[in-house]
Amino acid sequence: MDPLIIAGRTFHSRLMVGTGKFASNQAMVAAMEHSGSEIVTVALRRVDIDNPKDSLLSHIDPERYLLLPNTSGARDADEAIRLARLARAAGCEPWIKLEVTPDPYYLLPDPIETLKAAEILVKEGFVVLPYMPADPVLAKRLQEVGTATVMPLGAPIGTNRGLRTRDHIAIIIEQASVPVVVDAGLGAPSHAAEAMEMGADAVLVNTALADTPDPAAMGRAFRKGVEAGREAYLAGLGPQRQKAEASSPLTGFLRNDR
Amino acid sequence: MRLKINGQLQNFAQELTISQLLEQLQLVAKQIVVELNREILTADRHATTRLNDGDTLELIQFVGGG
Repeated sequence: MDPLIIAGRTFHSRLMVGTGKFASNQAMVAAMEHSGSEIVTVALRRVDIDNPKDSLLSHIDPERYLLLPNTSGARDADEAIRLARLARAAGCEPWIKLEVTPDPYYLLPDPIETLKAAEILVKEGFVVLPYMPADPVLAKRLQEVGTATVMPLGAPIGTNRGLRTRDHIAIIIEQASVPVVVDAGLGAPSHAAEAMEMGADAVLVNTALADTPDPAAMGRAFRKGVEAGREAYLAGLGPQRQKAEASSPLTGFLRNDR
Repeated sequence: MRLKINGQLQNFAQELTISQLLEQLQLVAKQIVVELNREILTADRHATTRLNDGDTLELIQFVGGG
């Protein structure tokens, strides 16, 4: 596949995967490996002092994957900035998936707080990948403050409902000067392929890989979906029509009427 | 000495540095990010930073997430 370049860094996979909600670390690693992904997201949380667990990081090969910490759980710009700084202090590269989701029911991103946090984090030297509502105006504003991508949602996080925001994502892709990564809500390889066929630069998937009996197989399936969609986009899809247009010749039929 | 760690008050008999605290809690230092009174303490400061009565700590680590 043609390479994906984000903030000057080259990737050969256009599928990013999340590491949440897997039944086991083995299942997570299998999904990551089979997906072919090179970027994996992680979250930051308090250590359970009474019951400390093995670190997630011992399961993720830093040579193979770029760790992309998210700011999940942040309800406003200040909380997101605090989490981003903590991630960097943990020794991560300064890449951050910015998420500000004050609403616990739909986990929809707050556009105003997201923009505010993005501006500050860019100034602090972070490579900012903001999760955002599929709003073309906001996408432009985020680009203007220097985010490395825009990440519009297909449907609310974890819903597996696909590209419900399709028309707005098309406008975002048309106007984008940075890679467009469709994040959240993609539940099937066909959803990922659809986003890629439209010209999205990449997709991010978590729940669809974690919430299946066979994460490794689903990782492969999404990899193929993303690659198929990308190739189709590069090839150029044929135009849609209302009326049929025969694929076979309309002459030489085996009958005598004209 | 009383410390508030991840929202919970805990008592400690003796004075501690951050490194000693992590050891006492059986946490692997390189997997933990420490925030002391809202200030991030990078790992190179763990051994030299002494804790005081009433300090508030956040001990944070990476977990799975999307």
